[in-house]
Amino acid sequence: MTTTRLTGTRIREKRLDLGLRQAAVAELVGISPSYLNLIEHNRRRIGGKLLSDLARALGVDKAFLADGADRDLLDQLRAAASLIGDKAEIARAEDLATRFPGWAGLITLQARRLAVMDERVRALTDRMAHDPFLATALHDVISAVTAIRSTAAILVSQEQIDADWQRRFHENIHADSLRLGKSSEALVAYLDAPDDASQSPETPMGQVDAFLAQNNYHLPALEDQTATPAKIVAQSGLTGAAAALLAGICQQYADDARKLPMDSFADASTQCDYDPARLAAHFGVDFATILRRLPCLPQGQGHPPMGLAVCDASGALLYFKPAPGFAMPLTGGACPLWPLFGALSRPSQPLRVEAALPGHAARHLLCYAIAVPAAVHHFDVPPVLRSYMLVLPDMTEGSSAPVPVGVSCRICPRPDCTSRREPAIVGLATAL
Amino acid sequence: MGKRVLLIEDEPNIIEAIGFILSRDGWTIHTHQDGQTAMAKVLALPPDMIILDVMLPGRSGFDILRELRSNDVTKDIPVMMLTARGQEKDRELALRLGATHFMTKPFSNSEVRDYVRVMIGP
Repeated sequence: MTTTRLTGTRIREKRLDLGLRQAAVAELVGISPSYLNLIEHNRRRIGGKLLSDLARALGVDKAFLADGADRDLLDQLRAAASLIGDKAEIARAEDLATRFPGWAGLITLQARRLAVMDERVRALTDRMAHDPFLATALHDVISAVTAIRSTAAILVSQEQIDADWQRRFHENIHADSLRLGKSSEALVAYLDAPDDASQSPETPMGQVDAFLAQNNYHLPALEDQTATPAKIVAQSGLTGAAAALLAGICQQYADDARKLPMDSFADASTQCDYDPARLAAHFGVDFATILRRLPCLPQGQGHPPMGLAVCDASGALLYFKPAPGFAMPLTGGACPLWPLFGALSRPSQPLRVEAALPGHAARHLLCYAIAVPAAVHHFDVPPVLRSYMLVLPDMTEGSSAPVPVGVSCRICPRPDCTSRREPAIVGLATAL
Repeated sequence: MGKRVLLIEDEPNIIEAIGFILSRDGWTIHTHQDGQTAMAKVLALPPDMIILDVMLPGRSGFDILRELRSNDVTKDIPVMMLTARGQEKDRELALRLGATHFMTKPFSNSEVRDYVRVMIGP
């Protein structure tokens, strides 16, 4: 395998980092210093044994020299760069990730934290604008203040007011002041309430996602039926919309687990090479059930990593389990080329698509998708569709024409994509 | 007898205060507290001017305003909207729907009185 142009640069940087002389490294791998110099300046492409020898001499993984920085890290760096438009040197993202992986990791961590904070601010703003309790409480306070102000202004005016009216206005002010006190106390109590899941500014989807990620998307108590979905929801501590969302997911999980008990399903999955069509035939169940069940295989037992995305007919994500190289923005704006969305236009038709992410060392992903009605049909009512997409990283068969997909337009470098809805951040195209 | 001002507002003490100051200024005050039946009240009078709260039980003041402006009998009646929400988008919505004026609570009595004088005064 020949290497990319940047391999030489990585070799040189690593050697200099280690304080090794060119001649010493050249001797270790059995080449001349001048040849190593050509390699380091990217004037010779290398691969195979020489690359392995150089990696060993420099104490790094061969893949690190060949491929550079971790692709996921690079994707995250580019996503982080999009926060400041075209001001970041995106073309040098790989340099940064290779030379300073710690700093690069910090940048991506901070970008993720910022995204979470943004989401919280949006949720809080939305809550302030639409929270019915807050709206009512504020309305009560302002109404009481308005009544008191107008009435007091009448009483302090220079005009003559007869005794009956005066008494009436005094009583009104007293009543309004009591009302104001109660409204204010209720408002303060509401705003000071300790955070619980129902008050959390995170979106319900975010809360459920955090809970599932904490459990590695595997719920043993539902597998062996030692807990009901309701108990899992109660134990999660989630309430409100998040609890309702989790309840639906847990119920589906429990139903699937009953149909396909984990022990036999895990064995069959290995035998069928994780092929959903073969598994569906083997168990006599529908394709969507298999797509949901495969990502539940427990980690650390030799099963390949698998991602799953579920969306409704609008494309809004209802469930997302990431996998290496497989990411989607939870809040919308995903690449429309994912089979997850394509399946919506062909309900009940299973799709098998080899997809390629952008970039010279991009991952190929094997995607299985199907959109199926999620509710009982009624006459003249459009069906409620759910689309499921299972993603298996690095399990493609080397298709010559994989479907190009991306994460989202802003960090996608494909210049001629006909599905593009907004420009990529400047500089991205040259970085890949 | 002064011109008729219809005050559509659900807070009794605000009704009393505004009613008092406008009565003293010579206007004939009619009041109504329910959004759902407000339009019938307007058509039954009809008033020379309406002071209309946005947040009413039964029906939003914006909805009532929309209907006022689409009815030949009421489309030209000056309407002053009252709201506890001073957001610009509410003001824009009120004016777009045809409100003559938009006032944010809490307001001053003189502000209300002066505006009514401007709208329907002699």
